[in-house]
Amino acid sequence: MSYDLIVIGSGPGGYVCAIRAAQLGMKVAVVEKDKTFGGTCLNVGCIPSKALLHASELFEESGHLFDKMGIKLGQPKLDLAAMMKFKDEGVDGNVKGVAFLFKKNKIDTFAGLGRIAGPGKVEVKAADGTSQAIEGKAIVIATGSDVARLRGVEIDEERIVSSTGALVLDKVPQRLLVIGAGVIGLELGSVWRRLGSEVIVVEFLDRILPGLDSEVCRQFQRLLEKQGITFKLSSKVTGVELSGNKLKATVEPAAGGAGEAIDADVVLVSVGRVPFTEGLGLEEAGVKTDNKGRVIVDARYATNVPGIYAIGDAIAGPMLAHKAQDEGVAVAENLAGRSGHVNYDVIPNVVYTYPEIASVGKSEDELKQAGTAYKIGKFPFTANGRAKVNLQTEGFVKILADANTDRVLGVHIVGADAGNMIAEAAVAMEFGAASEDIARTCHAHPTLTEAVKEAALAVDKRAIHM
Amino acid sequence: MADIRVPTLGESVTEATIGKWFKKPGDPVAVDEPLVELETDKVTIEVPAPAAGVLGDIAAKDGETVAVGALLGQIKEGEGAPGKSTPAPLGRPDQKTDTTAPINAAEEEPRPRPETASKPADDARVAPSVRRLAAETGIDASTVPGSGKDGRVTKGDMMAAIERAAAAPTPVAQPAAAVQVRAPSPSDDAAREERVKMTRLRQTIARRLKEAQSTAAMLTTFNEVDMSAVMHLRNQYKELFEKKHGVKLGFMGFFVKACVQALKEIPAVNAEIDGTDLIYKNYYHIGVAVGTEKGLVVPVVRECDRKSLAQIEKEIADMGRRAREGTLKIEEMQGGTFTISNGGVYGSLMSTPILNAPQSGILGMHKIQERPVAIAGKVEIRPMMYLALSYDHRIVDGREAVTFLVRVKDVLEDPARFLLDL
Repeated sequence: MSYDLIVIGSGPGGYVCAIRAAQLGMKVAVVEKDKTFGGTCLNVGCIPSKALLHASELFEESGHLFDKMGIKLGQPKLDLAAMMKFKDEGVDGNVKGVAFLFKKNKIDTFAGLGRIAGPGKVEVKAADGTSQAIEGKAIVIATGSDVARLRGVEIDEERIVSSTGALVLDKVPQRLLVIGAGVIGLELGSVWRRLGSEVIVVEFLDRILPGLDSEVCRQFQRLLEKQGITFKLSSKVTGVELSGNKLKATVEPAAGGAGEAIDADVVLVSVGRVPFTEGLGLEEAGVKTDNKGRVIVDARYATNVPGIYAIGDAIAGPMLAHKAQDEGVAVAENLAGRSGHVNYDVIPNVVYTYPEIASVGKSEDELKQAGTAYKIGKFPFTANGRAKVNLQTEGFVKILADANTDRVLGVHIVGADAGNMIAEAAVAMEFGAASEDIARTCHAHPTLTEAVKEAALAVDKRAIHM
Repeated sequence: MADIRVPTLGESVTEATIGKWFKKPGDPVAVDEPLVELETDKVTIEVPAPAAGVLGDIAAKDGETVAVGALLGQIKEGEGAPGKSTPAPLGRPDQKTDTTAPINAAEEEPRPRPETASKPADDARVAPSVRRLAAETGIDASTVPGSGKDGRVTKGDMMAAIERAAAAPTPVAQPAAAVQVRAPSPSDDAAREERVKMTRLRQTIARRLKEAQSTAAMLTTFNEVDMSAVMHLRNQYKELFEKKHGVKLGFMGFFVKACVQALKEIPAVNAEIDGTDLIYKNYYHIGVAVGTEKGLVVPVVRECDRKSLAQIEKEIADMGRRAREGTLKIEEMQGGTFTISNGGVYGSLMSTPILNAPQSGILGMHKIQERPVAIAGKVEIRPMMYLALSYDHRIVDGREAVTFLVRVKDVLEDPARFLLDL
């Protein structure tokens, strides 16, 4: 069977690439080794975590905020199994959705591990051992990423878990030790804290959420601490042992020195992710990767082997689903003779805790490092009318604008619904907007988005509501 | 957007000149409403609006030549009468300097705004900050190079354009602005220099003279007049005249009357250009230039065709006195249709007077000097005066200018022609 395009992997990068290519008239095949489509994102990443975050947030709200609003329920009870079922249904709906889209776009799917057998050739090995070969003019590697391991800590997905295991715990751990204060650690730590765990987060660096604006991270850390999460920064975990029915983690200062033992019921290893290219046969095919295991590609996502491309977590760049999706579209469009393009300067970054954090563009740290002169406009949600009545006053909006041209260089939002609000900022930045342009765009009242407008006004020191 | 194009004009007619736009950019237009007049050798036609809406920017201005089918402008369809607060007053495309400034210290116009209004408020490609800056500074955003997505103009682009505009001096007619910085004189000369600021009056006179020169296609035609007939008339009747009318019988009255007669025959010399219009005036207000200590002023004797010689003489005497006293009123110096300037009182034999804008003609009188002239084959000594007519060739053609002067000469050389209206 000969195709125009073979996509290996059906995560956000792969399935979007396949669908776009089909829209552009190509005959497309998708190879997926897992039982369901959607890759990490849909199955053990974005989707299930958001389902649990949503459910756990409502669980917490019902216990703490409902009373204030005159909704008398008493303390809510948690049926964890039911919550997990709710999460599974959400996942199921999503992966079935991808299957439907494949059918709708007449994309052929092949179940099994894909291996590049030669130029234009992919061998698909099914779970039962049978193989079949498919041919395609172009091959896109969209195999995504896997959990990064930590030396000295063996993940068993029972008590020492990665994000995958943390999504399916069968009971609420009394104490959860989270290794790594990145997005995944903080999100999953938040879930279990809301459901009743004591959460301790150990982080190697002296700050949480590396890469995000440092002021945002400092303020956010305080918010999480207020919520009850304990942080041990500049610390590393050198080993986790089973001790009775507890886990004992050895925690040392990052620079070295005497360690301490911390007990936990569950340890979550969330120290990052690494590209997953196992079984692809890259070496035999001659496809080059870098020292971090990422497939090396040029600006058009082409590898060094003609006809073979790669996108998403398998290549360099932020490991975000939407980045993979945009790259998938770009590759498909390039293959169809158009000019696909990804604007890496305007890729939003969201942490789905409460409050959410959303960023797009440059942080103050990056601007300082580059020596760019910038102005700041900041507006707290305590001064936003809607946030006040919603009891969602944690957080703020920060807009960074070029000191000379007023062009928006970065927007950072800590607050309820920040992940949705950041879209406005992304659109504005795509069009090279000045902070004044955002300030002069009418924003509905009463919404949280008015805080974005006020932050834009604040760049010019003329916020109204502050 | 609906295109407005030059229609077919007739067989073998390939182009036309834009005569006059009836509407300006931003005006609401109804379908079929006449928008612009096109002139060809054979015919003048009106171009109607192809659609209802608002007239957008004009692609070809008054006076331009356009080919059949060429784009004249566009109409933004369907929009109602705009309640725009576009700040730029739409000047006439070829509006020249303020031509009605009397000799008072009129303030210069504020920094001139561009003719086309800034982009209408509903143009979705203009960012809000750009819209504001365009409105506040008068800089048309569509003229600014855009560095944004798809070439959009960003706030930064506008700010750069504003800086460029501030750096480049705008062509405002300030008296001092266009003057080159004078190279300093060598030090021993500089010690013997005295710098005196020009009076307001002198500055205004200077400005108006330059404006007249820059505006009109000015040139001078000459003739000479044998003043013996007039002089004879004067000698014969001056005492009686003074007794009856209470004023001396000078030469000015004769010249004013002679000019009125010639102006009636050659109306172009009494007319004025206003943009692309010619204003013919059926009244005769003659300005008589008077030299004063402070400078030249030109009081105007009104209705010279209806006043007697005596009345004219009276008025001239009175105005001259008040001019030298400095008690002339502004209105008395406005509204003239033609000017007479007498350089002869100072001894000038021949000169090329400068027009008194916005008039189209000025007569220069000179010294009456006895000269030998040839008359009927013989040499005779006659009191001759050279006459000069400076005129605006845009409105007065050569034949008219020469004829005017000849008429003046005829009437002065044979005063009976006054009586007989010849």
